[in-house]
Amino acid sequence: MNDIILFPIINQLFFAIVTLFLWRYSRWQKAISVVGNLIGFVIAIVFLLTVWDEGILTYNAGNWAAPLGITFVGDMLAATLILLTSICGMAVSMYSAGSMDRDRLSFGYYPIFHFLLLGLNGAFLTGDVFNLYVWFEMIIISSFVMITLGGEKRQLEGAIKYFTLNVFASVIFLTAIAVLYGLTGSLNMADLSLKVAQIENKGLVEITGLLFLIGFGIKAAVFPMYFWLPASYHTPPAAISAIFGGLLTKLGVYALVRTFTLIFFDIEFLNTVILVLGGLTLFSGALGALIQNNITKMFSYLIICHIGYMIIGLGLHTELAIAGVVFYLVHDIIVKSNVFMISGLIYKLKGTYSMRDLGGMYAKHPLLSLIMAISFFSLVGIPPLSGFWPKIAFISESLKTKGGGWLIAAILFGTFMTLYIIARMWAQVFWKARPEVKIRESFLYFKDHRLLHKIEMIVPIVGLTIITLMIGFGAEKVQQLALVVSDQLINKQHYINAVLGK
Amino acid sequence: MELILAIVVGLLYASGIYMMLRRSLVKLIIGLILLGNGANLLIFLLGGITKGSPAIIAPDQQMLTEIYADPIPQALILTAIVISFGLQAFAIVLIKRAYIVAKTDDLYQMNSTDVYS
Amino acid sequence: MNTIVLRTASNYLLPLLLLFSIFILLRGHNLPGGGFIGGLIAAIAFVLHAFANGLNRTKKLIKVHPGFIMPFGLAVSFLSALVPLLSNAPFMTGIWASDPIPVIGHIGSTLFFDLGIYITVLGVTLTIIFTISEAA
Repeated sequence: MNDIILFPIINQLFFAIVTLFLWRYSRWQKAISVVGNLIGFVIAIVFLLTVWDEGILTYNAGNWAAPLGITFVGDMLAATLILLTSICGMAVSMYSAGSMDRDRLSFGYYPIFHFLLLGLNGAFLTGDVFNLYVWFEMIIISSFVMITLGGEKRQLEGAIKYFTLNVFASVIFLTAIAVLYGLTGSLNMADLSLKVAQIENKGLVEITGLLFLIGFGIKAAVFPMYFWLPASYHTPPAAISAIFGGLLTKLGVYALVRTFTLIFFDIEFLNTVILVLGGLTLFSGALGALIQNNITKMFSYLIICHIGYMIIGLGLHTELAIAGVVFYLVHDIIVKSNVFMISGLIYKLKGTYSMRDLGGMYAKHPLLSLIMAISFFSLVGIPPLSGFWPKIAFISESLKTKGGGWLIAAILFGTFMTLYIIARMWAQVFWKARPEVKIRESFLYFKDHRLLHKIEMIVPIVGLTIITLMIGFGAEKVQQLALVVSDQLINKQHYINAVLGK
Repeated sequence: MELILAIVVGLLYASGIYMMLRRSLVKLIIGLILLGNGANLLIFLLGGITKGSPAIIAPDQQMLTEIYADPIPQALILTAIVISFGLQAFAIVLIKRAYIVAKTDDLYQMNSTDVYS
Repeated sequence: MNTIVLRTASNYLLPLLLLFSIFILLRGHNLPGGGFIGGLIAAIAFVLHAFANGLNRTKKLIKVHPGFIMPFGLAVSFLSALVPLLSNAPFMTGIWASDPIPVIGHIGSTLFFDLGIYITVLGVTLTIIFTISEAA
């Protein structure tokens, strides 16, 4: 039954090729993409249940045994993230069917979208460091194309910053792999876990760990390395921002979690660095979001801010804290994608992203506003919405560490700032009476869309909101899942035994 | 040999970063290319340099018995080169489009994404 | 570079280079070579033709937009990687026919995988170069 590991990858590759064949027929691409992501969703659920029942699955591509060949490993963390990717992919695929303009569709939006999901699935499943690099490259190349599709001025300018820093991060990642290979002579992560622990010269291990931290930190938008994110994430259309905001930075977090639980574990220096960076990420992201007027730019800064929670959880490195990271990942992927899709919908309704020119949403669309409010306020973490639960874990674990007071202060600061930012946005966009704004000509407002497109835009938002509510009210179930994941991550012997077949 | 390669790797990294910090778009891309080459050379260097002993099993044997050169670094470098080939092609088209649209190749003037709006 | 020497030579070089690229593709399993290099050589053949005769002539020669070559190559590689699953071997395992075929040698699923890479690389490289030189 181990074949199921490959199904998420094969599925996305198949639909990427099919949509490439249908280059000229964007209507067919839409339908096929939605169907493909639906199949991907079913595969992801079956995969999660299989891993839950049978423990960690492994698959040796090309029949080369580990540690020599490339091994795909399906543990609970990978299975959870693949499920989230498929949910997010399905929502965004449907949302883009309704909202993406014809120019972008005719330049291969959907094939690239499937290549992006393929890269994400591959990155979550691989058990080989260099293979992880290859999947990363696949993801960034797809994301470069997606961010530049359309070729508007600000898009290209944002893309240059995005391109430069992501390629730079890849070079650092490659350097880190080179050093690690020089130290151990292995690329298989399970094998590395054993070999790195035996290295006498701890200084070299710390430096290598720092290189990985910088490489992945740029991709995850951690404190001193996040500047590309607010410069680029608000430039493409909302559907693309949604997949970027929901999944791409979380991929960096995934890579950090994987390397710093499996390869560079129990190194106090690195954990301290991670904790400090996490606190500063929270702080700077919140302050950046505070002064923004453009709502997508504000959400870009909130992405950075909320990455900080996960980084702190990783730095605390206890079983409960890692479970908190996993819970927060589940919550954040769903909510962040939804929030970007919602801001896209607001843009379609009102024709602007600027908070100054928005207003009167609540009076005009009360039901829609309620749905949006659920996502916004679960971002803050108001109980019982989904963002609340993992923060308890972070705070309770911070209490047990030395200097935990600072961490708690940072976590509470981030939470209250988010609350203030969301409340301010709520007052500006939803409660305030709408100022007089000229109706934009040659802009396709929401009311002028075809009914099918309207449905395609509303359904994913409602769906993700329902999932958010389910995470909030079924927090116990999610917490159980998160504890199983973190148990597998902390007791890495399971992972190593599964891969090396002992 | 190792010493020369180490110096070359250092030079490539240093000049790559220097070029990246310039304001011109073309120099930015050249800097990224140099950095990528530096990383590839670093893999080659750290993979261990063994002279004149390829990892090929003799016809009358089942496995390698003598010291052999590690083939994996070369496979890694080849993959990395192919990837950077694609990235560079994209980068060149990107800077060209950006130059046409923004009418400048000065990074300091490409600030419309950072303007408060 | 519109010289008569290059123009005349390129007409003969194009088929020769294409043949050479296929030779490189086929020998890649025992000797240096392979799909990636072969695809690049084939692309270079067309680029040389475009240098000598102008882009439009080359485009007429290829007939389809090079972007359409890509999915074919991907599909060939993808299917050849799936074949081992039918005989219960893991994805991408090399499956070889027992008897060698004259001229080509041993045939296996890896050869088709490489063929897919050859086609994909040809399509991608031509797309890139045509796009860059069109915009100039």
